Amino acid sequence: MTAEIGQLALTLALALASVMAISGLTGARVTAGISRDLASSAAIGMLVFIVLAFATLVYAAITSDFSVLNIANNSSLAKPMLYKITGVWGNHEGSMLLWVLVLAIYTSAIAFARRGSQRLTSAALGVQGLLAVAFLLFILFTSNPFLRVDPPPFDGAGLNPLLQDLGLAVHPPTLYIGYVGLSASFAYAAAALITREVDASWARAARPFMLAAWIALSVGITLGSWWAYYELGWGGFWFWDPVENASLMPWLVATALLHSALATERTGAFRTWTLLLSIAAFSLSLIGTFLVRSGVLTSVHAFANDPERGTFILIMLVLAIGGALGLFAWRAPSLETGSAFEPVSRETALLTNNVLLIAAVSTVFLGTLYPLFLDALTGTKISVGPPFFAFTFVPIFVALLIVLPFGPRLAWRNASVGETLRPLSPALGVAAVVAVVVCFVVRSHLLAAIGAFALAAWVIAASLLDLVQRRVRTAASVAVALAHAGLGVTLMGIAGTTLWRAETLSLLGPGETAKVGPYTLTMGGIERVDGPNYTAIRADIHVSNEDRTIATLRPAKRVYPTEQQETSETAIRTTGVSDLYLALGDERGRGRFVVRAYYNPLAPFIWFGGAVMAMGGLASLWGRVRARTAQRIIDAVPAE
Amino acid sequence: MNARKKRRLYFVLALLIAGAGGAALVITALNDNVLYFYSPSDVGAKHIQPGTAFRIGGLVAAGSLRHGKGAEVAFTVTDGKANVPVKYQGVLPALFREGQGVVAMGALDPSGSFDATQVLAKHDERYMPPEVVDALKRSGRWKEGGT
Repeated sequence: MTAEIGQLALTLALALASVMAISGLTGARVTAGISRDLASSAAIGMLVFIVLAFATLVYAAITSDFSVLNIANNSSLAKPMLYKITGVWGNHEGSMLLWVLVLAIYTSAIAFARRGSQRLTSAALGVQGLLAVAFLLFILFTSNPFLRVDPPPFDGAGLNPLLQDLGLAVHPPTLYIGYVGLSASFAYAAAALITREVDASWARAARPFMLAAWIALSVGITLGSWWAYYELGWGGFWFWDPVENASLMPWLVATALLHSALATERTGAFRTWTLLLSIAAFSLSLIGTFLVRSGVLTSVHAFANDPERGTFILIMLVLAIGGALGLFAWRAPSLETGSAFEPVSRETALLTNNVLLIAAVSTVFLGTLYPLFLDALTGTKISVGPPFFAFTFVPIFVALLIVLPFGPRLAWRNASVGETLRPLSPALGVAAVVAVVVCFVVRSHLLAAIGAFALAAWVIAASLLDLVQRRVRTAASVAVALAHAGLGVTLMGIAGTTLWRAETLSLLGPGETAKVGPYTLTMGGIERVDGPNYTAIRADIHVSNEDRTIATLRPAKRVYPTEQQETSETAIRTTGVSDLYLALGDERGRGRFVVRAYYNPLAPFIWFGGAVMAMGGLASLWGRVRARTAQRIIDAVPAE
Repeated sequence: MNARKKRRLYFVLALLIAGAGGAALVITALNDNVLYFYSPSDVGAKHIQPGTAFRIGGLVAAGSLRHGKGAEVAFTVTDGKANVPVKYQGVLPALFREGQGVVAMGALDPSGSFDATQVLAKHDERYMPPEVVDALKRSGRWKEGGT
């Protein structure tokens, strides 16, 4: 019975989404006040029904209702309760349901917040309605999670063990909050074009949504990279895998968008460009969804290989992106442009930021999609690996980091060169000191290492200085400093891990030793340890540093009998500054196992920097919300 | 030229320069860093030079897995028509099995055997690397629904 409730709820949500689309777009006209209210109510109704549908699926998963095909295919009795719940979005159908759930939450937020004019809100709800209709149709016709199977099996097929991890509980929802959050700024941009209200107000209305999306994407990417690090057992944190790139591209465009929208809000500059970026950011989210969900890519994320779904998403992609760009082409030439600015000004800095970020996105886009195009057109199968991105993406990002500290210093419209450069000289000094320290104290004569750490020091020192030297510290200035400094911290982590890593591969039997970095590893013993739904072999490896035993690490290998699959459970010992990373390999006879060991200096900084960046985003969001609340109180005083 | 046109011109120029720079980097990088995928039959037919990096994919031939010194392993990749011997030093992926699909990255050595730097297997029982499926289809060894 429960699955039918879910099915019904989804159908009703679809009906409400259609109502919202039509009434929202009608309400964009000056006179249609009733339509506007109808759109808001429909948005909230849609949220209620989608929550109900989602709850139904979670209930079916918890009660192991194998008469629901989706549960039978992706769950099993032996699976721990936590993974029964998180497994709901660990498969294609469930994850699409999560997608529309997040979409409905954002839509209700737009309806409740009523930022911008009434017409703008109404049109934005209309656009969100169209998106919701498309995705609900997609779910009902190609990816229905409520299909029944008769007769029901006694046990389910289980969930991919790689995904039976706490990382899965949080990584996809966070990424979706990011992807779908960009739909809100897309909807506001389209609404601005529809209503021709392309002044600063739409950018101001959309900004909290842009920020929320950016924060969520930052956290999601950081979590994904951390998950790949400890779960895949390769010791790496980023593989330039197409699925990783699919999340990186919207993040890069969202970063560009946050910067460009800042100028639009403050001085009205780059109006049309900001609109275009809003469209591009969400388009890349959709392309990411297409890449991941259509099965054209091969990875852990490729849940399903169903050409029908691919075609459906492709059509949706063409309609959404084509429609928005068509609207843009139609309306943009008639829009007013913003105020002028001098070559040395904040606007120029933001422009440079945008040009470099877009160039960076383009290289990632090409590297990710070129193999697909080549395969489709000529049948030649190629892959584009990390060297390509190291050669293209990295130089662009280095350029971006070199100019980054100047941005927040420059005044709007017309800035003085001297006043901008003088306060920055201490940061340059710090960078020089760090370069000397890396070269002579750490004794790393790699030019890349010296350069990378000097650059990171330059960015971090300049960001902190900016905060210290300010007379008035606002939430916004804290946000800028944190976001920029976080980038520097991540850079240190990346540089340390990739340039100074030590790696050994050894065959160890009981009592045998190996060396990695400053540590000596001694194999203690191998034992069998079984879990609720797996059997495992675990090695006790004693770690010593200068003849002093400091820890025992226990990397393991698990076999999941239901899913017929093995996973590697890495053991990581972190000091906060460096990681010792052990992965247990296959047995090579007489009780000897292959052990892969890495010493990763500064690895924790990669994720720590990501967290600092996200905190910067939160600071900005908090400042916005507080300012808005204060404004509401002021507005409320003279009663209308 | 008024200020607005001037600004637009700068913007377009900056975009063009960044675009051209990006394109130049991308084209050079693509030329040097693209890895082609070949099936064992392709390796014989295309006379690939030793030292050229590429990816090879197919099935691990039954009974071909040999352990050498330390972490060394050797096995044969087959698509049913041709075989290529592969040497590898490292941890085999968890799902590496004889008779199952595999993709390896590396280059041929002068003796014609493949020196792998990385070996990938399928992620789970339901999944087979699409390149391998394709290679098996071309050699006529693919059975729909079979493993």
